[in-house]
Amino acid sequence: MTTLKTTPLNAAHRALGAKMVDFGGWDMPVNYGSQIEEHHQVRNDCGMFDVCHMRVVDAKGDGVRAFLRYLLANNADKLTVPGKALYSAMLRPDGGVIDDLIIYFMTEQWFRIVVNAGTADKDIAWMKEQAAVHAPQLTITSRDDLAMVAIQGPNARAKVWQVLPQTKAATEGLVNFQAADCGEYFVARTGYTGEDGFEVMLPKEKVEAFWYALNKAGVKPIGLGARDTLRLEAGMNLYGHDMDETVGPLESGMAWTVDLKSERDFIGKAALLANPPSTKLVGLLLLDRGVLRDHQKVHSAHGTGEITSGTFSPTLEKSIALARVPKGVALGDTVQVAVRDKMLAAKVVKYPFARNGKGLV
Amino acid sequence: MSNPSNLKYTASHEWVKTEADGTISVGITQHAQELLGDMVFVEAPQAGRKLQAKEECAVVESVKAAADVYAPVSGEVIAANGELDGAPEQINNAPYDAWIFKMKPDNVADVAALLDAAAYQAVVESEAH
Repeated sequence: MTTLKTTPLNAAHRALGAKMVDFGGWDMPVNYGSQIEEHHQVRNDCGMFDVCHMRVVDAKGDGVRAFLRYLLANNADKLTVPGKALYSAMLRPDGGVIDDLIIYFMTEQWFRIVVNAGTADKDIAWMKEQAAVHAPQLTITSRDDLAMVAIQGPNARAKVWQVLPQTKAATEGLVNFQAADCGEYFVARTGYTGEDGFEVMLPKEKVEAFWYALNKAGVKPIGLGARDTLRLEAGMNLYGHDMDETVGPLESGMAWTVDLKSERDFIGKAALLANPPSTKLVGLLLLDRGVLRDHQKVHSAHGTGEITSGTFSPTLEKSIALARVPKGVALGDTVQVAVRDKMLAAKVVKYPFARNGKGLV
Repeated sequence: MSNPSNLKYTASHEWVKTEADGTISVGITQHAQELLGDMVFVEAPQAGRKLQAKEECAVVESVKAAADVYAPVSGEVIAANGELDGAPEQINNAPYDAWIFKMKPDNVADVAALLDAAAYQAVVESEAH
């Protein structure tokens, strides 16, 4: 039996009544009672998430921008204002997605990168391997000394300022997708819920006190269950479900993050240009009663596809999904999803399904 | 919440209540609803359907997962609880009141042979290890 990895908030989760599950080798809270209540809590007020399992990586040195320009499918040159963040895929030479990540432009000598938990080790190995060839002067450091908490919801920023008043001056002017380095606290106006809020990176030894201070200020803890329904409503991909190394970003709803227009070369570009996608990611809204789930087959007039993420949307009170389907499938089409022994009708819809407290479908 | 002693249970986490007329009501246990979390969809068998003991006959879905419900004994379905269509959360709120379907058992002795509350509790505890 392998021992599950724990975050510095493990004891706090248990003290707050969390139901813990094995999440990709991490002992994490799935909920603290009702997943649906936690979901609404974030859409309507605010909640906090332990995201210490995600990994912060600092890339430092001369030419770090040029390196990222080559390493990532999105273009680091889009970042001109300090603190601004960019969502990008990191691709294999064959176009498969190694990971999706966020980079923060701090200075011309320092970009911060946040990667997924399950892919962190391979990501860092890949970055170092590429840097050794293309930018050996850079240092790429896994910040294992840092913890991360996401505070999300319409009241999230105010609560963070209540608990960390010293960060307010530096962070109240942040626009969406921008961060400020406030000494021990690195505060980013980013998240994975479709709501306003912050992701705060801080020294590991301070995170438990920060968590309890937020809780005392009225911020409720939210488990991974609601994190998944929030991100799916917000139309955000989950690595390992909606994309992985076997599919490209253009088949994964990530075309908006892939810069094929500029002259710039990047890893995977040639493969993307050589292999136009035959499938695409679409949103599904279930018309019949039931719940869509990962891997259910989707039958359309243009061929068969598959659900990559399916769930029940607490905001819409209907089942929603992301599905990879043949390219000919169009918005408004009705498709049939094989659910156990039945075929259920679903409509192809534009996503996100919900953001900023409101359903959009 | 303890498991009511007037009910019978299965190792697959159904509870069975014998009604005054000899029919049985079937639902899922407190332990099962807690494992599944917030319930959002229930698909019950239609009245008139003949079931064999241990046959998959209903589905309960939470936000997290779908789970099959099995016929505790052989018999015929006589009713499905339509109230759960609009309010599946009743299973979370009151699992021992939220019956999913009712059956007429082929053999009353089959019901008597199901687990009692103590034996079911032992099943739950053995699964936790």
